[in-house]
Amino acid sequence: MTTQPEAEVQQRPHDPDLLLQVEGCEKSFPGVKALSGMRLDLRKGEVLGLVGENGAGKSTLMKLLTGIYEREEGSFWLNGEPLEVRGTRDAQEKGLAIIHQELNLVPHLTVAENIWLGREPVGGKIFTRPREQVSRTRELLESLGLPLDPNTVVGSLTVAKQQMVEIAKALSFDAKVLIMDEPTAALNDAEVEQLFGLIRRFVTRETGVVYISHRMPELKRIANRITVIRDGRYIDTMAMDKTSMPEVISKMVGRAINTDARPENVRDDRPVILSVRNLSTKSLLDDVSFDLQEGEVLGFAGLMGAGRTEVARAIVGADPITSGEVVIKGRPVTIRNAAQAAQHGIGYLSEDRKRYGLMLALPVTHNVALSSIGGKFSGFGFIRDKAITAATEDARQLLRIKTPSVRQLVKYLSGGNQQKAIIARWLVRDCDVLIFDEPTRGIDVGAKEEIYQLLNRLAAEGKSIIMISSELPEVLRMSHRIVVMADGRITGTLPAGATQEAIMALATHREDDEPLPAPDSDAPIIPNDEKAEQ
Amino acid sequence: MSSTAPGAPAPAPTTVAAGGDAKASAWRQRLQQLAALGGLVLIFAAFSIASPQVFPTYSNITNILFSAVVVGVLSLGATFVIITGGIDLSCGTGMILSGVMAATFIVTWGLPVWLGIVLAILFGGLIGLVNGVNVAIAGLPPFIATLAMMLVAGGLALVISNKAPIYFDSQDHSSFTALSTGNLIPGSGFPNAVIVLLVAAVIAYVILSKTILGRYDISIGSNMEATALSGINVKKWLIIIYSLAGTFSGLAGVMLAARLGSAQPTGGQGYELQAIAAVVIGGTSLSGGKGSIVGTVIGAMIIAVINNGLQIISVPQEWQNVILGVVIVVTVFIDQLRTRRTTTT
Ligand SMILES: Nc1ncnc2c1ncn2[C@@H]1O[C@H](COP(=O)(O)OP(=O)(O)OP(=O)(O)O)[C@@H](O)[C@H]1O
Ligand SMILES: [Mg+2]
Repeated sequence: MTTQPEAEVQQRPHDPDLLLQVEGCEKSFPGVKALSGMRLDLRKGEVLGLVGENGAGKSTLMKLLTGIYEREEGSFWLNGEPLEVRGTRDAQEKGLAIIHQELNLVPHLTVAENIWLGREPVGGKIFTRPREQVSRTRELLESLGLPLDPNTVVGSLTVAKQQMVEIAKALSFDAKVLIMDEPTAALNDAEVEQLFGLIRRFVTRETGVVYISHRMPELKRIANRITVIRDGRYIDTMAMDKTSMPEVISKMVGRAINTDARPENVRDDRPVILSVRNLSTKSLLDDVSFDLQEGEVLGFAGLMGAGRTEVARAIVGADPITSGEVVIKGRPVTIRNAAQAAQHGIGYLSEDRKRYGLMLALPVTHNVALSSIGGKFSGFGFIRDKAITAATEDARQLLRIKTPSVRQLVKYLSGGNQQKAIIARWLVRDCDVLIFDEPTRGIDVGAKEEIYQLLNRLAAEGKSIIMISSELPEVLRMSHRIVVMADGRITGTLPAGATQEAIMALATHREDDEPLPAPDSDAPIIPNDEKAEQ
Repeated sequence: MSSTAPGAPAPAPTTVAAGGDAKASAWRQRLQQLAALGGLVLIFAAFSIASPQVFPTYSNITNILFSAVVVGVLSLGATFVIITGGIDLSCGTGMILSGVMAATFIVTWGLPVWLGIVLAILFGGLIGLVNGVNVAIAGLPPFIATLAMMLVAGGLALVISNKAPIYFDSQDHSSFTALSTGNLIPGSGFPNAVIVLLVAAVIAYVILSKTILGRYDISIGSNMEATALSGINVKKWLIIIYSLAGTFSGLAGVMLAARLGSAQPTGGQGYELQAIAAVVIGGTSLSGGKGSIVGTVIGAMIIAVINNGLQIISVPQEWQNVILGVVIVVTVFIDQLRTRRTTTT
């Protein structure tokens, strides 16, 4: 039942009871067949989960539906009517709204200006009407229950709030179908709750949501049905309450995945490789001290804004420190920039791949090799292109980076595969200490497991890893010890067997001690977790 | 493989077929590289038709090549800076100052010609080094840092030369002028300056495409913050890149002085814009991250062909810049059309 016979695909008539129907959809890019014979049914009043490996074609399908790409073959129906999409604006006016994997707002404009960009209320055809624009925005935000001020400049908002603006913008078109492409990748648990509330309010008998995500527990909670695609082909659709996560995952990846590789225990007498002493920065960090042992995975947990990324950036010299020191193998060192950090054997992978990681218009080879170009990939200043290509090919196989060629420009890779490329950058460089900030952001379940196993292996070989992650199960799964931060301070260090509750208690620890969040707000992500089944 | 003509009962909305996408795109990329060259050929053909007797002759073509040397060498250096997303406004007056220094070393101080040349080129590199420090360490925007240097270098050229040209001795320093007007290939009438340009272009090409400097150059222009976080000392490399650009303008200064047989303390302004124009016509993006030495050389040639051709068909001098301006707009517009199309589909 995995692959449909072609005859059946062709004869499926369109069903007027469906809100949105896609049939026989094809799309190719140079060297890649991104979609072939793709189909999709969205019923009225449902949230349809859409899952598939990195590069399976999820984003491409949604971009076809919303007029960003032109489809080559296939037909769409909306409410039983044939649907023809000519460009993004046309899609919006026909009721198809999309929240993209990457945010698309103008940072120096206000919330209201962003929402009405290109269709500002005008008087006399020339003059904008800012007051009307603001009041209409306020109504919109109120109707959606979004706590935002229309006059705030978007660039000053957190990623989560910016996402809210994107949603408000999408819904301002009176959307019938709302498509969300990994909307929670950068959200914390409370913000995810807010998003779910919004989705539930949006879904009526006349509307529906397509929800793309790699986070299985979230899908369990929000989706009614789930459609699995693989390698650009439709595989299956299942009712959420009649399937299990292992089933979904096996349909998705088409191979067995070992989900219980655990880190080996580290003895306490291992030498300390990196020691951070009383680190403070002007903006946030306050007296941060911790030790990283050789061969250890040290997890960093905390809410967004707790200062985990700031610790990483301070260590590698990306941000100036006001006091404190970094000690490597017993010797205090001064690190003023990431180049010096790398010389001391410390590599830092940023959480924001687009801004601090990728060179979008350059090939995969360059993106993978960058950190090592001055080292093993050159001799007397001359590039050793063959060595770069060979190393990139190795990384491509190791991490299953899906691309027609290592010469492909990185911007043409899917989001998850872009992430794999910058992980590869630091694997190629061969550092002693790896600081990975949200390394699995946007990476599919199967590949995540493989990355976990890879990191375990690196640690077993004696590399030391600091792993910053907002996904608690990931931190619990990977870490030998867990450092928890809140408001720029370390509030505690927990051993490997700690519970999510213990971490949350430390993560929300404040002077004015807020109550702990409801237990189910930190949805577990381990697929066979009982809690998610409820 | 499963080409789906929608089944009989289905009202089939017309589908937009964009077949052969892969091939089309490969062609488009090849076109992109050839576009500037195509423009050059087109312009060349047009002038050849307009003036078949004079324009396409051997002696006129060597003339064109000869006149492309100074802007050509300048624009090679400018390419590296522009790829970082920066700009070098000081290369014109920097070139003039380097020429004055060459004359000072050789004529005033009596240093051997070869040493004077080397020192003058290095002096150009020093000007670039100061630019690099101002941009990378002091954090000045490249436009401002090099605008200031443009004024400083232009002023110093006047001060050092006492506001008067310094002439090379036609006997003692004949080897200096031979650098430009001599014929290494005897009897060919092919000036050495063109050989210098070719050698300089090959060196620039190798640096950009085969060395770490070239890779870092492109990387910094693509995403400076990401490059820095990847463990690359961006400040150091920026200084090196600006110094390299300065070195090329030092060489341009030597070539100009050798052609004229004297170091002129004025007249540098305007060259920087011609150099930038050559780079841009050659397809290097002013926003950085992308550039081509071959393109830059073609860009310099286009400028030289236009200037020469217009003179030959007796278009008044004052119209030449107007036409050059139009050419810049047209080529860059076409280039942007192409890139826009390749990124959105
Ligand atoms: N503009 C493009 N040009 C060339 N290839 C592309 C382009 N967009 C996508 N692709 C390719 O099409 C395939 C599907 O990509 P898509 O972005 O749809 O994946 P996805 O399912 O969204 O993956 P992810 O979970 O990583 O976001 C990938 O192999 C990708 O490399
Ligand atoms: Mg995607």
